[in-house]
Amino acid sequence: MTGVEWLALGIKVLGAFGLLLLATLLNVWVERKVLADMQNRLGPMRAGPFGVLQTVADGLKLFFKESIMPRKAEVGMYLLAPFLAVVPAFLIFVNIPWGGSFHIGETEVVLQGADLDIGLLFILAMSSIAVYAVVLAGWSSGSKYPLLGGVRATAQAISYEAAIGLSLVSVVLFTATQGDGGTLSLYEIVQRQSGTWADVHPIVGWVPRWNIIPQIAAFVIFLTAAVAETNRAPFDLVEAEQELVGGFHTEYSGMRFAMFFLAEYVNIFSMSALTATLFLGGWLGPTWEGTLPAFISGALPTVWFLIKTYAIFFIFIWIRATLPRLRYDQLMSLGWKRLIPGALGWLVLSGLVLAFRQFGAPWG
Amino acid sequence: MLTPVTLADYLPIAVMLVLAAGFVAVTLVASRLVRPDNPTPEKLAPYESGILPEHEPSQRFPVKFYLVAMLFVIFDVEIIFYFAYAVIWTDLGWYGVAAMLLFTFFVAETLAYVWKRGALDWNVHQRRRYIDREAA
Repeated sequence: MTGVEWLALGIKVLGAFGLLLLATLLNVWVERKVLADMQNRLGPMRAGPFGVLQTVADGLKLFFKESIMPRKAEVGMYLLAPFLAVVPAFLIFVNIPWGGSFHIGETEVVLQGADLDIGLLFILAMSSIAVYAVVLAGWSSGSKYPLLGGVRATAQAISYEAAIGLSLVSVVLFTATQGDGGTLSLYEIVQRQSGTWADVHPIVGWVPRWNIIPQIAAFVIFLTAAVAETNRAPFDLVEAEQELVGGFHTEYSGMRFAMFFLAEYVNIFSMSALTATLFLGGWLGPTWEGTLPAFISGALPTVWFLIKTYAIFFIFIWIRATLPRLRYDQLMSLGWKRLIPGALGWLVLSGLVLAFRQFGAPWG
Repeated sequence: MLTPVTLADYLPIAVMLVLAAGFVAVTLVASRLVRPDNPTPEKLAPYESGILPEHEPSQRFPVKFYLVAMLFVIFDVEIIFYFAYAVIWTDLGWYGVAAMLLFTFFVAETLAYVWKRGALDWNVHQRRRYIDREAA
């Protein structure tokens, strides 16, 4: 590799890493502020203007707090769990394209950590690995509430992962008809959402060609399952305080606890970004190349990406402020008896409709 | 369409892995250097709302969770097959659609079976209905 390629790699990876850390600092504050507004109160106001530095203050406090390891803990697993929580959360985001491309000399730099041709499968694999953090943290604490919280969280995460996988299949199925063959690469999936629906009917000529329109059911199922997968209200049974104290991380304190907190918020941001990428056209948007200065139209894709991601993130918070927590049996039956059959039915439906459009009727 | 895959494609993943793991390690070690570390027997006891735990925590949990894990393994493997189909289905024509419909029939049949057996019912009283039917 040449020096420029190393530089490009550094920009991509460090950019994604910095974006995630900065977004997490901001998102915790955004969430508290939005929740506060929805509940007619002020939220954090003290640290910095409008309390924007609240997360920094909280982080610093945790940094100087004692980190207690309970006597009964399995030391190795107990120390490994925070790593297993944070690392997959960051690796998910490496696959997501978060901006257009620009040139350093001759080399084209695409603002995406890695454009794997198995991108979607890689993301599913990483979110499976993140489950290990929960189950190991719960089990290795040697305490009853973390154990129960851990197995609950595991059962919840794996149940909704099936729904996530199934709803993504129909998106891939549809994407295959939009270009030359199917693909799991996220860059390619974004590219195929460019343009408008003008070829379907002139009336919808102004509607962007986003996957959300033909795959609306997959979008609803995916978003529901994503809320459950990230353990957010109303699916936050993992940390149901009344029953489980703090869930799987009850026995974690200080900076080790902060790591689980960081992983949770990185996951929410990654999931919002993934939703925006798959269903809302990712970084696509008008850039007015030529009429605007080059550096503005070069930065606009990232702006579109962030606007779409934060729209989804806002929905996450909105849901949390609106809906009360489900009971555990309701949670399991929603996942297995509604979302999975629903996703399977939608898969068959869109598979058949697309096949008729692609191949014509089999009898004619 | 297919481009040769090289290990270099995965280099950013490896760099991010090292970066994220390094971040966690450095933060935890740095925190260890400045934070107090003063464990007492009371602090190290398993959490029990501040009172002394009477029993050692048991490492057992309801068998229902194993059932969910088994079902997950079955369905997740089936979903991976769908991904393979979704990528190449435009080349397979109606033959592929028919094969996939047959496969979906068996997936749906599995789901219907475990549903009817009560495996998807979380509460015992819901599951009870199946047991009673079986006995009658």
